[in-house]
Amino acid sequence: MFTKITLGQYYPADSFVHRLDPRTKLAVTLLYIVSLFVANGIVGYALGAAWMAAAVILSTVPLGYMFRGLRGILFLLLISVAFNMFLTPGEVILSFWVLQITREGLLQALRMAIRLTLLVMGSSLLTFTTTPTALTDGMEQGLGFLKVFRFPVHEIAMMMSIALRFIPILMEEADKIRKAQMARGADFESGGLISRAKALIPLLVPLFVSAFRRASDLALAMEARCYHGGDGRTRMKPLKYQRADYLVYAAAFLLLIAMIFSRRFV
Amino acid sequence: MPIILSHVSYVYEPGTAMEAPGITDVSLTVREGEMLAIIGHTGSGKSTLIQHLNGLLLPTEGKVFWNGRDITEKGFDRRAFRGRVGLVFQYPEYQLFETDVLTDVCFGPKNQGLSKEECTERAREAMRSVGLSEAYEKRSPFELSGGEKRRAAIAGVLAMQPDIMILDEPTAGLDPGGREEIMARLCALRDGGMGIVIVSHNMDDVGRYADRAAVMEHGKLVLEGTPREVFRCEELLRGAGLEVPELTRLMRKLSAGGLPVDTDAVRPEEAAASILHCF
Repeated sequence: MFTKITLGQYYPADSFVHRLDPRTKLAVTLLYIVSLFVANGIVGYALGAAWMAAAVILSTVPLGYMFRGLRGILFLLLISVAFNMFLTPGEVILSFWVLQITREGLLQALRMAIRLTLLVMGSSLLTFTTTPTALTDGMEQGLGFLKVFRFPVHEIAMMMSIALRFIPILMEEADKIRKAQMARGADFESGGLISRAKALIPLLVPLFVSAFRRASDLALAMEARCYHGGDGRTRMKPLKYQRADYLVYAAAFLLLIAMIFSRRFV
Repeated sequence: MPIILSHVSYVYEPGTAMEAPGITDVSLTVREGEMLAIIGHTGSGKSTLIQHLNGLLLPTEGKVFWNGRDITEKGFDRRAFRGRVGLVFQYPEYQLFETDVLTDVCFGPKNQGLSKEECTERAREAMRSVGLSEAYEKRSPFELSGGEKRRAAIAGVLAMQPDIMILDEPTAGLDPGGREEIMARLCALRDGGMGIVIVSHNMDDVGRYADRAAVMEHGKLVLEGTPREVFRCEELLRGAGLEVPELTRLMRKLSAGGLPVDTDAVRPEEAAASILHCF
């Protein structure tokens, strides 16, 4: 029940994409998303798809995983396709009852579907190849300039990484508690809504007690190691750009430029 | 009624990147009226194994029989089965949740569908047999000491009056006095005809109290027998990351020093008698 949820859906592997600096991956994903919105024709989408295909191959993430990520947005995809198909005015090619499918609508729906699919694949590839911790590290350093505006970048990044770090632990704990209560005959699977909600009490009480205990232990452990915020704090593994990072940045800018030019071909 | 594991294997998260073997081809019988100790290094599959004994995990391969019936069968009432085979996890914090100890201990019998009076009666009896007096009934389980929490947790499972009770590290983190008390109470339950399975890291306890020991290594059952037989295989135990009890070491040293003692003695009484016999 709980063990099936993989948070951040990290796919452990040691590939070119996995080894990239998280800042690079964040920035490049952003560039890729922008270029998808710049694209407006078949050439642009082909470019985007080619970029995605290359990234997936380099990342060694199995295709099945990539498509599983799409299942979550299937509903959204279907709705937006339907709306575009039926509600775009233009030359009618098919009509029944009050619904009309237009040529423009069909094209628009197709474009929308491709764009959404590529978008979601791009962002899931980011989470497949980057651990949540690396991602927050990348955000903290990448957004460091916001400190000038007194934005608490470090504190937020620290809270995020602690929260992320504890999700699998609490998940595992919830699973153990669930089993301990099932061993005492608790039933989490049958009954109506109210009895099911009530059945959660024996699970939630120990979970909360444990979460509070862990939080206070953690605070104590951090203070014992002289944690006093981000000022002057050094890192065990400082993020450093490698040659591959510069190459990928260059490629991403090229993609964006190519996308802008591709607009002329429509 | 014994529980029979027949060639049981379990794989965690099969078909994903996180796939990992839990246990491989384990065959084991758990009987009433005896204390079986499951020993092994951390990560050797002990916890996975005991969760098969009450159907919390169902084998990927192999079968589990109870009372001659396959527990994986459709229509087998696993919830009722868990009332017959109780499992106490290592951390009592994972199961204590009620406002007072008595209500918490009543949780199991209540889930078995017993009347309120019957639940209370059983809970009181269970609390008595783990040594929690009536003064504890109205106390919050969260303000108990570690040893008291552990006893309350055991009472919570005991109140279901199981035929077999499995305990994961029942004495971990307790002081010697608390350890001895829990083990003595478990032995009393065994003598009353209940089957007891304990997972333990403490070889001294295993030698002293268990009737039978099963050694796990890398998810496989590598050795099974009486503590005497098991601790004789020192090499094999070392290979599995385990030690022999202090007592066995002492006896072997004495024997190496020329005293003709019984080197297989695992209980203090046996050892003492054997040493006295030499003089």
